[in-house]
Amino acid sequence: MSGGGTPRVVVVGAGPAGIRAAQTLVAAGLAPIVIDEAERAGGQIYRRPPPGFTRPPETLYGSEASKAVALHAAFDGMLAAGRLVHHARSSVAAIANGRLLVLGPAGSHWVAYDRLILATGAMDRIMPVPGWENPGVYGLGAMQIALKAQGAALGRRIVLAGSGPLLTLLAVQLLKAGGEVAAVLDTSPMRRQLAGLGGLAARPVFALRGLAMRARLAGLYHAGVRLDRIEADARGPVAIRWRDAAGQERRTDCDAVGLGWHLRSETRLADLAGCDFAYDESWRQWLPKADEMGRASAGVYLAGDGLRILGADAAEVAGRLAAAACLQDLGLPAPDIAADRRRLRRFIRFADGIAQAFPWPSGAALPDETVICRCEGVTAAELRETVDFGGGEVNRAKSLGRVGMGRCQGRYCELAAAEIVAACAGLGCAREAGRLRAQAPVRPAPIGALLEDADG
Amino acid sequence: MSAAGHPAGRLVRLAETNRAPMRFVLDGAERQALAGDTVLSAILSVAPALRHSEFGVETRAGFCLMGACQDCWVWQEEGPRIRACSTPLTEGMRLLTDAPGDWS
Repeated sequence: MSGGGTPRVVVVGAGPAGIRAAQTLVAAGLAPIVIDEAERAGGQIYRRPPPGFTRPPETLYGSEASKAVALHAAFDGMLAAGRLVHHARSSVAAIANGRLLVLGPAGSHWVAYDRLILATGAMDRIMPVPGWENPGVYGLGAMQIALKAQGAALGRRIVLAGSGPLLTLLAVQLLKAGGEVAAVLDTSPMRRQLAGLGGLAARPVFALRGLAMRARLAGLYHAGVRLDRIEADARGPVAIRWRDAAGQERRTDCDAVGLGWHLRSETRLADLAGCDFAYDESWRQWLPKADEMGRASAGVYLAGDGLRILGADAAEVAGRLAAAACLQDLGLPAPDIAADRRRLRRFIRFADGIAQAFPWPSGAALPDETVICRCEGVTAAELRETVDFGGGEVNRAKSLGRVGMGRCQGRYCELAAAEIVAACAGLGCAREAGRLRAQAPVRPAPIGALLEDADG
Repeated sequence: MSAAGHPAGRLVRLAETNRAPMRFVLDGAERQALAGDTVLSAILSVAPALRHSEFGVETRAGFCLMGACQDCWVWQEEGPRIRACSTPLTEGMRLLTDAPGDWS
């Protein structure tokens, strides 16, 4: 622990939630430590290209340009004024006894905290499609990052498939930048999308913008599809086979596929920090528990998409709320948060609409030969076999079948794996197959990073 | 055959093409990239993949580009492996799509 007078608050993540949390702490006179994996603060949605890139914010962030500029300026201002400490290009790999193991460009070191605000963001939520292990298949988020941060498309003829707001947005962004999009395949049927409209009306401007983008895609967009498989040669995808809403078999030539079913929260550090989890029925995933302000466990606060997927605007609000809760608990003067609490409730209504409109398809019926864990090539059949020995429990399935033990530690397979294990064991819901426990290090760490400081 | 054995790259540059050129070496051959490229962008602009899968016949070309999936770790001729999506390319970097020496 830091001891002494001024409490040491550490913020993990410098996206919209982390930046606004840091700003609230700085306004109260604290000097937070902000740890982030990127070179420059902004997070994924407001990610900044490297120095020397010239596209203006309007090109990079579209209608959200002013928000991105404001966030970047807020962070850069605090950094220039010496009001916070920024550990850039740094990952938190482990949490123990009030300290974080930080892996940075110069090696590893421990950072002690009195209070911890986790704003760890989200990643693509993936349902495996047969053939997705091939090179040239990416998350939708990956394709957006390539475009935003590198000015590049990850293929010459791209099919985007999955569901959720990013599917439409990325298609429009790629087309606008001069990329070729061969098809946009949405697994959500139109009637489901209409059913979500009630919730979406909580943010009418946002919803209408989505519809306008959809209109620009015209004949490229197909709702209610089923994805059969990605055909590939040694170089990567050559086509995707799918069925349209009428059940008609279709095949679209392509050399790259982007996949994503909205997002899932990055919750590994919350797990290591001792937060409790609950299964969320509408998002079909385990999420950390926190009060409305983001208080999760003793001295630990959660904000932004790492707590639940509410999007960037809500993340700014949640960042301020988590920092205000932290200040309250420290007995320090906190800002008035009544308006932010109202805003957050509206964002939650909207997100419920999104979850309704763009459901995650159960992967329970994926063919046996489908690779579920793309890190280690574990198939659905191999996963189903573990149920005979370990029963319908995901941690047993992991130790028996290695699903969740590979490079990504289950980030991209565990949701589908839980559905498959649960269905195979005759359980009604993936919740009943349990929750895959996080294990440190949550990012790959050289063994030396752990040995040097074993007694530190 | 190395994972970079095919002639053309996977990545298509749509913008920011006026950056200064930068040289790097991939599997022993000198290649060109642009200042500000990540290692992933540099390799995939001249090759279809970054590495071989340890568990299947296919090659790999990254997946998340945000440091979450760890699919894109590549070898250097010397020094530690690096995560291609989050490592900036530096002038003269010597990269490999296969493990060096007696690793494979």
